[in-house]
Amino acid sequence: MDDAELPLLIADGLTRYYGPRIGCADVDLEIHEGEVLAVVGESGSGKSTLLSLLSTQLAPTRGVVTYRTRDGDMRVLFSLSEAERRFLFRTDWGFVHQDARMGLRMGVSAGGNVGERLMAVGWRHYGNIRDEAVDWLGRVEIGADRIDDSPKAFSGGMRQRLQIAKNMVTRPRLVFMDEPTGGLDVSVQARLLDLIRGLVADYGLAAIIVTHDLAVARLLSHRIMVMRQGRVIETGLTDQVLDDPREPYTQLLVSSVLQG
Amino acid sequence: MATREHVMRLDGVAKSFTMHLRGGAELPVVRDVSFEVAAGECVALGGPSGAGKSSILKMIYGNYRADRGEIWLKDGGQWVDVAQAKPRRVLRLRRTTIGYVSQFLRAIPRISALDLVAAEARDGGLAEDASQTHAAQLLARLNLPERLWSLPPATFSGGEQQRVNIARGFAAGHPILLLDEPTASLDAASRARVVELIAERRTSGTAMLGIFHDEAVREQLGVRIVDVTRFSA
Repeated sequence: MDDAELPLLIADGLTRYYGPRIGCADVDLEIHEGEVLAVVGESGSGKSTLLSLLSTQLAPTRGVVTYRTRDGDMRVLFSLSEAERRFLFRTDWGFVHQDARMGLRMGVSAGGNVGERLMAVGWRHYGNIRDEAVDWLGRVEIGADRIDDSPKAFSGGMRQRLQIAKNMVTRPRLVFMDEPTGGLDVSVQARLLDLIRGLVADYGLAAIIVTHDLAVARLLSHRIMVMRQGRVIETGLTDQVLDDPREPYTQLLVSSVLQG
Repeated sequence: MATREHVMRLDGVAKSFTMHLRGGAELPVVRDVSFEVAAGECVALGGPSGAGKSSILKMIYGNYRADRGEIWLKDGGQWVDVAQAKPRRVLRLRRTTIGYVSQFLRAIPRISALDLVAAEARDGGLAEDASQTHAAQLLARLNLPERLWSLPPATFSGGEQQRVNIARGFAAGHPILLLDEPTASLDAASRARVVELIAERRTSGTAMLGIFHDEAVREQLGVRIVDVTRFSA
């Protein structure tokens, strides 16, 4: 974490209206490699809209997102061609959905799901693809004997781990996560959080994690952004914002969490 | 010791809490906190509970925000004001320069005691192997039974968790350490080990600022006391 190093991604005045209604407004943020940013708030606070804007799945009404590509250029994301953007999505970025069915192809085997992403970046040799798939399934604690099984036969936690393996196999530099532990049992969540922590540390990933769960934010993130009604109302070091919240709404969020 | 070089300087630091859920009530904690700590010095914050001792430690670590004032820490050849530093700068300080032993361990599910400690050693710059060895040495010195090392500390007793916590705090070899009642839930034997460890670090030049309610510990260490009641807000 060199201070002089350029951010990986910069958002400047990012705004999106849905008709007259604000999706999110005037969001500024920066993220560096190796850094995890949590975006927290209730449903309807604009955090999912923000994630869609940052990952170019939604066009902003106003504002700019700049991204540092692997060759070191700072590029404005919405000026990229469709092919360039697809390339980013296939290689440099990951996207982990809350519902694993959105991130996986349910009709394709576990190994196929992982291998598919490798083929998209030019891998051709079947044996190599299979070896790499087995390797990544192992890293997310899915046994090699499950490689030919369909994700339909997997539990929720396993599906989520498979989705992560699929994203990680091309060694992305930035991973977007939308409620990655939502809807899972607590013990399953713990295992998944542990896995994500390990990946961030081992691969120097940058991650932007949308969650309404402050415990997830505390465990995974370095910095936190609190959103309400489409706007960022408080931002800072995760432990500082959670232990010394300044804004009334943040104090309410923090005080609503059961101590554990 | 007075001729030692300062590595921490607080100047006019103030803190209050605004309780928005209590009708915006203001809760003043401290004001005009000013003192210095030198390398190789062990300083205790003195005063009754509620005087703001923990809040002062937390502001120095960047865990609480300071409303006013400056909190300078020497980071290698550079002075950094924690009260103004950006989050990334504070995180870097925590990795290389300042450590914090809190009263309670925030356990991470599924991570063993040994790995928790080793991770801190790695952050402090040790290689993978060396950090495991260093972690094992610290846990052994602190009398944590070896059968516990491979287990996550969530189910440990208070005293066992505290020893893991202390090992974590000392693992990275930070030149500045904040200690929030490091011996609170320990038996006499473990307490003696901790006192020994603190004295050793002081000799090697670590600056330490702590809260030690145990008078015997304060006396054994021969700490300088900064009375927090004179900063009461």
